[in-house]
Amino acid sequence: MKVSSVAPIAGAVVAFALAWKAIVILGGYPVFILPPPETVARRFVEAWASGLIWPHVAVTLVEVAIGFAVGAGLALGCGYLLARSRLAERVLSPYIVAAQATPILALAPLLALWFGTGLASKVVICALIVFFPVAVATMVGIRAVDARLLELARSLRASRRQVLTTLEIPAALPAILGGMRVGVTLAVVGAIVGEWAGAERGLGVLINLARGSLFDIPLLFATLGTIALLGVALYLVVVLVERRLVGAR
Amino acid sequence: MIGSTAVRRTPGLDARVRLGGVGVSFPRPSGGRLRALEGLDLAIGAGEVISVIGPNGCGKSTLLRLIAGLLDPDEGSVSVDGAPVRGPSERVGIVFQEPRLLPWRSVGRNIAYPLELAGRPAAALTERVGQLIELVGLRDFERARPSQLSGGMSQRAALARALALAPDVLLLDEPFSALDALTRERFNLELLSLWARTDTTIVAVTHSIPEAIFLADRVVVLSPRPGRVVADVEVELARPRTLSDLDAAAASQIAAIVRGHLEAGAA
Repeated sequence: MKVSSVAPIAGAVVAFALAWKAIVILGGYPVFILPPPETVARRFVEAWASGLIWPHVAVTLVEVAIGFAVGAGLALGCGYLLARSRLAERVLSPYIVAAQATPILALAPLLALWFGTGLASKVVICALIVFFPVAVATMVGIRAVDARLLELARSLRASRRQVLTTLEIPAALPAILGGMRVGVTLAVVGAIVGEWAGAERGLGVLINLARGSLFDIPLLFATLGTIALLGVALYLVVVLVERRLVGAR
Repeated sequence: MIGSTAVRRTPGLDARVRLGGVGVSFPRPSGGRLRALEGLDLAIGAGEVISVIGPNGCGKSTLLRLIAGLLDPDEGSVSVDGAPVRGPSERVGIVFQEPRLLPWRSVGRNIAYPLELAGRPAAALTERVGQLIELVGLRDFERARPSQLSGGMSQRAALARALALAPDVLLLDEPFSALDALTRERFNLELLSLWARTDTTIVAVTHSIPEAIFLADRVVVLSPRPGRVVADVEVELARPRTLSDLDAAAASQIAAIVRGHLEAGAA
């Protein structure tokens, strides 16, 4: 990257840290309410160096990856069906919208009860939360495929499958990836919520530990920072995939 | 009848494309049905160039869709070489009013699209695309994206794509209507030289009387909706034609006849 593109990002980070520090000083807050940025930064480095954070990150990352894959995969198929079948839309959409409208926070304990406190319950929660944005984006993207291009494909005797692979998917890809950008950040939220409802390990568990038995507020902040970074990193992965697949249009 | 001065020629049983008593209607949004074509008869011989001209909404594009197998008639029959048209066929290529290029594919890959869909082997594909690119004069643009092309170049690419499977019948739905007059004239010239080399049957829909005359062996005039053939005017100009042929007395006479039929239909 060029200096000119890194400079504004670095500047914003410095400004954020300075504002944070100013609030701590002006408000006179104790460390257990709002630790200053340098304390959090030190704890962050320590916790990573000592190997305290990594096992939790690994668990959460696996939950997010599998949950996202399952949720997005189902959403692609379902979104296509919703776009191309009136009947499917009428029958399925009330349930999809209702599932989305029910707060995941309220569902999480129930899902933990059904699927246990292991990986399965988090995958279900992540998949559930990822499903809606990806399904809607797929539906909208497929519906927006230019009818004139579909007619062209028909005039060239394209099979149903050829229409899907050579026309509908490439045409809907920008919309689908837009839905995935939203979905991947929500997947992180889903994993943390799932871990809160009951888990052995994961960043959500670490938050609870830092706030409770350890009472290590700088660690709590360091964990929050890690979660945020995880979200940003996954979002960037989707953006990179998007650039690779649709960048050259 | 005004058409009495022109010779009406109807190809015999060996017609490449034949439409007999064709009627098509579409459901109206407000209920009822809109009759687009009614009792339309037309026979087109192999290697002929036909221009179809008529007022807006008279079903010119519908006529092409019937021949392309994109639409089934409600009444009557459509056949190519004596076989009824059932859905799109490799033997009929169509260039639409808009280029309809896939924006995520390069120009070369757009031209290769029909070959890919038809399952042609990759090796044959590269060679054929090279030929077509050459044919329509897009040699330096094989790797370009459609968004980088001008309107005229996009239509050249669309033409190359329509020719990819070497169809016997080429349908043109006002493909040059969005281009400026000079580009259009040049395209029509190129189209004719291309036709002379490939012996394809061409059916071109157009709004322009001079263009219709310049291209065609016969100018078919359709009535306002529901469209049917009101005149079939032979164009007796020698080939190969040049743009100055349009200034000849014979051309002006034909133009007057065609205009007469169009105005009679509109009245």
